[in-house]
Amino acid sequence: MSNELIKKSIAEDYKYGFETDIEQDTFPPGLDDDVIRAISEIKKEPEWLLNWRLKAYHHWLNMSEPTWANIKFNPIDYQSISYYSAPKKKSAGSLDEIDPEILETYTKLGIPLDEQKMMEGIAVDAVFDSVSVATTFKDTLKKAGVIFCPFSEAVTEHPELVKKYLGSVVPATDNYYAALNSAVFSDGSFVYIPKGVRCPMELSTYFRINAANTGQFERTLIIADDSSHVNYLEGCTAPMRDENQLHAAVVELVALDNAEIKYSTVQNWYPGDKNGIGGIYNFVTKRGACRGKKSKISWTQVETGSAITWKYPSCILQGDDSVGEFYSVALTNNFQQADTGTKMIHIGKNTRSIIISKGISAGKGQQTYRGEVKIMKSAENARNYSQCDSILIGDECGAHTFPYIDVRNPSAQMEHEATTSNIGEDQLFYCNQRGISTEDAVSLIVNGFCKDVFKELPMEFAVEAQKLMEVSLEGAVG
Amino acid sequence: MIKIENLYVSVEEKEILKGISLEVKPGELHVIMGRNGSGKSTLANVLAGKDKYKVTNGSIKFNGENLLDMLPENRARAGLFLSFQYPVAIPGVNNMYFLKAAVNAVRKSRGEEEIDAVDFLSMIREKLKMVDLDESFIHRPVNDGFSGGEKKRNEILQMITLEPKLSILDETDSGLDIDALKIVAKGVNDFRSPDRSFILITHYQRILNYMKPDFVHILMNGKIVKSGTMELAKEVEKKGYSWIEEEVAEAA
Repeated sequence: MSNELIKKSIAEDYKYGFETDIEQDTFPPGLDDDVIRAISEIKKEPEWLLNWRLKAYHHWLNMSEPTWANIKFNPIDYQSISYYSAPKKKSAGSLDEIDPEILETYTKLGIPLDEQKMMEGIAVDAVFDSVSVATTFKDTLKKAGVIFCPFSEAVTEHPELVKKYLGSVVPATDNYYAALNSAVFSDGSFVYIPKGVRCPMELSTYFRINAANTGQFERTLIIADDSSHVNYLEGCTAPMRDENQLHAAVVELVALDNAEIKYSTVQNWYPGDKNGIGGIYNFVTKRGACRGKKSKISWTQVETGSAITWKYPSCILQGDDSVGEFYSVALTNNFQQADTGTKMIHIGKNTRSIIISKGISAGKGQQTYRGEVKIMKSAENARNYSQCDSILIGDECGAHTFPYIDVRNPSAQMEHEATTSNIGEDQLFYCNQRGISTEDAVSLIVNGFCKDVFKELPMEFAVEAQKLMEVSLEGAVG
Repeated sequence: MIKIENLYVSVEEKEILKGISLEVKPGELHVIMGRNGSGKSTLANVLAGKDKYKVTNGSIKFNGENLLDMLPENRARAGLFLSFQYPVAIPGVNNMYFLKAAVNAVRKSRGEEEIDAVDFLSMIREKLKMVDLDESFIHRPVNDGFSGGEKKRNEILQMITLEPKLSILDETDSGLDIDALKIVAKGVNDFRSPDRSFILITHYQRILNYMKPDFVHILMNGKIVKSGTMELAKEVEKKGYSWIEEEVAEAA
């Protein structure tokens, strides 16, 4: 099998790189107390939230960017970023009031916001740059008692819930990017599932960066009350640009007694071009707290986009018998870099966690799995199973694995497996010999490799994920 | 069917095949025997188009076409099949999905319509019976965790499903117990027809108890040094290869 063909079969263009031409209100670049006050004022936030933001900001000023990750990039000038950008035409309750250009944008992305045309069973919150422009199926959800709304709306409509849970999983001072987000976050999604309710449809947020020279700092907070259940999906894309753009989000999940949250992400931010120019810096903090007994939080992520991904969706297993899961597929091609993994912190008795990580590196892509499993003294009979597999396509890419294990209770049972393999010339030749072309063979092998993760995704997402792998690796997948 | 003329092949600068000529006509079964390192598997891999084998001289015509100009997948689509000595595992890829992809790749190249899942399943059920495998077999990942015998039977299953014109069986008999050997041999025998040809590469005469070859060739140091019929294979079984070596030395 010639390297040329492999190279050809992994070269594909980004299909979501268009830009929407609309008038936007965008803050001039720069960050100080006044910018934060201005964001807070636009959102008509209560005093306590403004103070929370300012505290985070002042803490952030004394922090420095983390340097432990296995990624390389030029320093970010935080004063050259604009921290707020919103479409001029005000969005409100009804679709008629949204700029048609924006509706068209989402239709082009395959996310029609018109409920009639939407895929059944999925409610969408559409976040465009710094604001939520539409949330669908709100009424249907309301009947079930489910709250699904833009974050800024939750601040005014459900202040008691926001105040109680905001920052309770990811404190405002948690890390450099989380602190920055806490200071300047503009919008995002808020979800509350009341006691005993099984959310009647899947909830989804679709993030779109459009404006140039802005950062997107959204915040998602999901609370699943006792014995409730929710499936949440997240997708994201951005235009192709030569400069790097920063996306620093925070996601907090809280699962109370017997509650279950399944959070799936298909991350397809613009990855930069074939020479490594442009692309999103995706520096995200995602964490879930299994606070209640027998609660369960499951993260599934398919990371194919971004120039740099720095992301570790984690679970704090506080409640006895709680379960944390992390299923990940990450693909780095061309000059993409990813340092991703998870943390499972076992605190309660009989807590269990499972980590399945699949990394695919092609081109000059560099990929790191970084995972920590911590068994605290109180976590009697905790169990963890970790499996980290990497596959290399071509000979210019890299895969690295850093598992950290910290066990403070001798009753813990830990299993760890890791493999790294080249996409075998033997495998490709075997497929070729059966009449299957090289590009189809690459897709086939990669999809087989990712199967354990793809099967965790909801049906529609699994299809999208496979399509994405096609885009990133080209070739037919079925 | 296939005509190999004066074929020279090197692997990493080392000459392995040194002037092989062989013609296989439709319906014929040719056996190639020889010791380890004599070049048997090299011949199989060159015919299938494996990358690192470099043809330095000679030609191969496959049904009139220049085989050496064709990509491996195009050779397969044109009806050349290699039963691998060491079939490769593809974890996570369902055996049936793989086989269907292969069948459809061949069909597409012929301008035929792709077969749908329902028709494919009923077809594959028939084929499974022919190699004595149950249905669960096709829902397992390709060659992943298969026993040696299962891998070889899977190769035969692929062969009878893809219906090639020329099948090259590279040590399909090695590592099989007597029952598996009989099943594999039966699979091949049932598949024989006046328009299909076979090149069977083997170490041992054992599988020939269950097959009827038309010709037997002895490969030694990259050359076919002796050709004959079933009798030649029996002689090798009885006396080994050294007497042929001596003959070659005397002739030289």
